[in-house]
Amino acid sequence: MSDFRIPTRRGFLKSTAALGGAVALTGLGAGRALAADTTVGFIYVGPKDDYGYNQAHAEGAAAIKGMPGITVVEEENVPESVDVQKSMESMINFDGASLIFPTSFGYFDPHILEMAQKYPDVRFEHCGGMWTADKHPMNVGSYFGYIGMGQYLNGIAAGHATRTKKIGFVAAKPIPQVLLNVNSFLLGARAVDPEITCQVIFTGEWSLAVKEAEAVNALTDQGADVITCHVDGPKVVMETAAGRGAFVCGYHADQSALAPEKYLTGAEWNWANVYTDMAETTLAGGTIDNFVRGGLAEDFIKMSPLGPAVSDASRAQFEDTMATIKKGGFSVIKGPLKDNKGGVIATEGQAFEESDVALESMDYLVEGVIGSTS
Amino acid sequence: MTDTDIGLWGVPLAILGGAIRVSTPFLFVSLGECLTERSGRINLGLEGTLVFGAMAGYAIAYETGSAWAGVLAAAIAGSVFGLVHGFMCSLPRVNDIAIGIALMLLGMGLAFFFGKPYIQPVAPDLPAIEFGLWSDLPQVQAALRVNVLFLIGAALAVFLWWVFRATRVGLIVRVVGDSTDAARAMGLRPNQVRIASTAVGGALAGVAGSYLSLYYPGSWNEGISSGQGLMAVALVIFARWNPINCFLAAMLFGGAGALGPALQSVGVTSGYYLFYAAPYVLTLGMLIATSSTTRALTGAPGELSITK
Repeated sequence: MSDFRIPTRRGFLKSTAALGGAVALTGLGAGRALAADTTVGFIYVGPKDDYGYNQAHAEGAAAIKGMPGITVVEEENVPESVDVQKSMESMINFDGASLIFPTSFGYFDPHILEMAQKYPDVRFEHCGGMWTADKHPMNVGSYFGYIGMGQYLNGIAAGHATRTKKIGFVAAKPIPQVLLNVNSFLLGARAVDPEITCQVIFTGEWSLAVKEAEAVNALTDQGADVITCHVDGPKVVMETAAGRGAFVCGYHADQSALAPEKYLTGAEWNWANVYTDMAETTLAGGTIDNFVRGGLAEDFIKMSPLGPAVSDASRAQFEDTMATIKKGGFSVIKGPLKDNKGGVIATEGQAFEESDVALESMDYLVEGVIGSTS
Repeated sequence: MTDTDIGLWGVPLAILGGAIRVSTPFLFVSLGECLTERSGRINLGLEGTLVFGAMAGYAIAYETGSAWAGVLAAAIAGSVFGLVHGFMCSLPRVNDIAIGIALMLLGMGLAFFFGKPYIQPVAPDLPAIEFGLWSDLPQVQAALRVNVLFLIGAALAVFLWWVFRATRVGLIVRVVGDSTDAARAMGLRPNQVRIASTAVGGALAGVAGSYLSLYYPGSWNEGISSGQGLMAVALVIFARWNPINCFLAAMLFGGAGALGPALQSVGVTSGYYLFYAAPYVLTLGMLIATSSTTRALTGAPGELSITK
């Protein structure tokens, strides 16, 4: 679309060099040139006020907008295609961005990887992807939060709220991060009552409003009375589920305004904290780690305030568990544990802590989850 | 809670409920397109009209506090899109398919632009009528919670069928659609008839959009339609330009769309991507089954650019 407007890198360098020279000669820019002015670009796959994934990132971007020395540029509704490469190039060439957050999972391979090779001086930070030192360029970083823990806490609230012992999960695609959330949600509920089962429905895409609503209806028809989701914009799921009389647990951002009576709690990102750290590191002239992870303890994720329907027993277990998680060393996936096809995931005594990289290649649903990954 | 456990009965019930819930946008768009195509034009821009209608309906419903004001606004916005299409296609040597695609992109772009401030607010919903109160099962009650627009759409299908079959207006539209020359010889003005038909078709597509944003799924966002307007245009061909068939085809698509989630919910979990393709496979199958080696596109208006 904007091909013709993007100058070549060489042409751009020439003109900026000339401009820089002119500024230096006149002495006008001497003060500014020393200040570490950094332009940070954010790219979102959907609208940045979607009550979900993109809103969580946009709130993080908003948090660093006010920092001195930081200029933020944003672009939303950028597809996971060659379009995102154009967006990145235009941010680099026109806005002078030196740190870019292409936030969607599908931007990583090949788009970020190609841009990182073409622009070695620009820093690319990708959310959720796997960065490997021997495979990927050093100017690419990966960051993510252990939000599975948040879904585990959601599960505890759900386990106390359910009457039918059946809870539901509307999931987009069976990728490891989603599967970990589904499993954690069920295991949290089973920490309350081991007889609870969780029905998962995959819609196949990150944002399909009608299919998400149909999935919620199918889940409630089968008796699920607490619903959560992992889709980009949970608004439809929350409203439809509450309309059917089910309790809801939020995801990505705080959705309590959509269903004030039915909202139990929610697993939210806290990107404001993460982005502020990264911006400060950059301003101080440092380099952001290539592999950044954190959970509840590190303030990478947070929980929505508990809703009015949460019982005292539920609140007590919720807060106890949250305190235990924050101490560190807590495992959701621990033995003895089987997947829902009967295969052994973990034997007695075996446990995967939240920071275990093995969890980032999860390809199973645990026993008690009704559903299939393909 | 075993008394509400309906097990496998959930599948037919979900298909019925889905047919009622999901079919309404298909129904309105296809009825509108049916009218437009019967007059000899094809308007591919209805996807854009649908999305714009969804946005306009939601925005006006939120601003005025009345869902019906939203529906009206969506209808007016849709008829404006229809009028633009109708007028532009009346110019000499203008291709209606190309204009349709241009208007589709324009409608979506405008809707995204103006719709930005309305993604977050919550607008009032359209009312629904409870036909399931005779049953104790909440599942049945939910499946038979029928929106008023669905009933209007069903009545409209019968009404349009009657108009085409038995009224002077219907005859005029059909003549214009079948032969421009014959219509001129009768003293009719084909362009005016077509502009009016396209405008009404656009209004119906706008109403379809307001159903999406004001009832089911009931919120405005940029991915609300996921191509339903385009599929509804194809439905018209599938329905052989007959309004009653449009109704049946829309129900079929709605029900087939509910199949995937419903099957997963009762434990048929593998291969859900295939179930999601069910509506399209069904369309292909029906088209092949009803095709004929001797007659091409039975019922197609003679002046339609795709069949000429």
